[in-house]
Amino acid sequence: MKEIYVDNNATTKVAPEVLEEMLPYFSDFYGNPSSMHSFGGEVGLKIKEAREKVAVLLGAAPEEIIFNSCGTESDSTAIRAAIASNPDKKHIITTRVEHPAVKNLCEHLSKNGYRVTFVPVDRKGRLDVDYLYENLSDDTAIVSVMWANNESGVIYPIKEISRIVKDRRIVFHTDAVQAVGKIPINMGEVGVDMLSLSGHKLHGPKGIGALYVRKGTKFSPFLIGGHQERGRRGGTENVPSIIGLGKASEFSANHLEEENTRVKYLRDKLDNELLYRIPNSAINGDRENRLPNTTSIGFEYVEGESILLLLNEFGICASSGSACTSGSLEPSHVLRAMGVPFTSAHGSIRFSLSVFNTEKEIDFIIEKLPLIIERLRDMSPFWKQSDSVLS
Amino acid sequence: MWEYTDKVKEHFLNPRNVGVIEDADGVGEVGSLACGDALTLFLKLDEDEKILDAKFQTFGCASAIASSSALTEIIKGLTLEEAQKTTNEDIAEYLGGLPKEKMHCSVMGRDALEKAISHYRGETEKKVEGEIVCECFGVTDREIERVVRENSLATIEDVTDYVKAGGGCGNCHEDIERIIDETLGRKRPIVVKPVKLTNIQKIKLIEETLEREIKPALKKDGGDIELVDFDRGRVFVRMRGACATCTKSEITLKHYIESKLRELVAPDLVVEEVQ
Repeated sequence: MKEIYVDNNATTKVAPEVLEEMLPYFSDFYGNPSSMHSFGGEVGLKIKEAREKVAVLLGAAPEEIIFNSCGTESDSTAIRAAIASNPDKKHIITTRVEHPAVKNLCEHLSKNGYRVTFVPVDRKGRLDVDYLYENLSDDTAIVSVMWANNESGVIYPIKEISRIVKDRRIVFHTDAVQAVGKIPINMGEVGVDMLSLSGHKLHGPKGIGALYVRKGTKFSPFLIGGHQERGRRGGTENVPSIIGLGKASEFSANHLEEENTRVKYLRDKLDNELLYRIPNSAINGDRENRLPNTTSIGFEYVEGESILLLLNEFGICASSGSACTSGSLEPSHVLRAMGVPFTSAHGSIRFSLSVFNTEKEIDFIIEKLPLIIERLRDMSPFWKQSDSVLS
Repeated sequence: MWEYTDKVKEHFLNPRNVGVIEDADGVGEVGSLACGDALTLFLKLDEDEKILDAKFQTFGCASAIASSSALTEIIKGLTLEEAQKTTNEDIAEYLGGLPKEKMHCSVMGRDALEKAISHYRGETEKKVEGEIVCECFGVTDREIERVVRENSLATIEDVTDYVKAGGGCGNCHEDIERIIDETLGRKRPIVVKPVKLTNIQKIKLIEETLEREIKPALKKDGGDIELVDFDRGRVFVRMRGACATCTKSEITLKHYIESKLRELVAPDLVVEEVQ
């Protein structure tokens, strides 16, 4: 059975051309880019090229890109650098729907001398920006707001927020791991000081990330060591993966239009057909302002893990914000922050598409999922009671 | 992905006895939509109180559905007398085991069976027994006590796995800890400082102290600690989870763990971190 992979916000397939570009740097060109000999120096040139490609994708300058190991490292580096460069400031603003890479770090800091404001979202997952602005103070060391949410796909108004935060001369960081490669991003148009991205979310390899640091931003390294990355991130370069991330950035830039046309069309088709065919279902999130590839749909009176395992029987790979899949007992913090009613929070499924999905695959999901939901609802003690509401 | 046994998968994909018995003699309902799983069990009995038929409706994850299916298979053909001896362990065992985090599914099965039997016997709907301890999942002290006793549970995490209590906001963790201690007859905090301890006694006491006093505190921050070695007053520990990467872990070690161990075990202990 060929899998139908619609879990691209979890991770993506390495694009064939990305892999091809990487392979020689495991075997033939294994030199250290820091070496004096040209065997290593050639590799250094290739890294320079990769850095330029990432910079192009972001509308940034190459020297503003620091390669590291993952999105989480980027987030930790950015937030810790900001508080280290503002030792007198003890306040952090972030949101209630951040990825654990930011959320758990901020919760940790809140127990270690920092006051953290978690900005709420509304029922559609939209950020309460006024609440954010009201909480800006002279004590605020950093504001960190994700560019787009991994579960709901909702996009936050980074341009507007960053402008207001920068007016107050406060450091602004955004976790753009889900946004980069899916929507146009131009660092020239926003007031973002630092931006996190991750290779494996844009058809690059796992284990590689990058942090954008705007020229002039105060910075202190997370890993102190050699002179790599101009002293801003020690450690011998992960050469094949850096080259992979460069190629993946090029791949994403070339496919950005397709992502926002064909992939968006497939996502919309999936949404519309599922909502039409499955009663008591609803989208979690602001349909008008979402990543083109993502949808989170809540199916009332059924439980997410059961849905996922039955989808799995058909080779369909999706994910869920429900409790049972993660080992926790409550629905995800994102769905809870959005106030998704528990009738559907436990039965919420996220589909995240990519340019590798075909219409045939989406049609297959549209055909199978209604049967799965019906089968589980027939088993559910809550379904019959609510049935009458429909008829 | 959960490591479900083939038997769990099989009972999830092909659940036995799904449905409603219209003229059931006993009906037991447990769980709720808010909690994320719920089960309604229907029993049909003959005049000798033998279970002729059992059916269920379940809302929940794969292991909840499989546990319900297993329960009905176990009790069909038994007399009520025999059936009511069914424990949550029996259900888990029938399925070849359940992941630890999913044991509450088997407990839900047992609870539904008890409710169905009470319903048949005309016992008035028992008011919630005991005091609610876990507000998030509506679990009482009696329920926690029982599951601790029957399954020899020792930690808050165990209790959460079995009856969900403590799996939400976490405000009730202290109460759960107290119930576990009372149920198992444990005393805490350790007040008596033994005068002269052997090395083995010290190691034991260090482990207990880590378990009881230090781990819960670290866990709040997503950290953990492990005793690696003990050698003439030197306690070697390894930090795990969030503590392992925390730059403040050295301070945590020196000030907190060491002082705790000195207070409760021996005043001359030195804590050292190993990688």
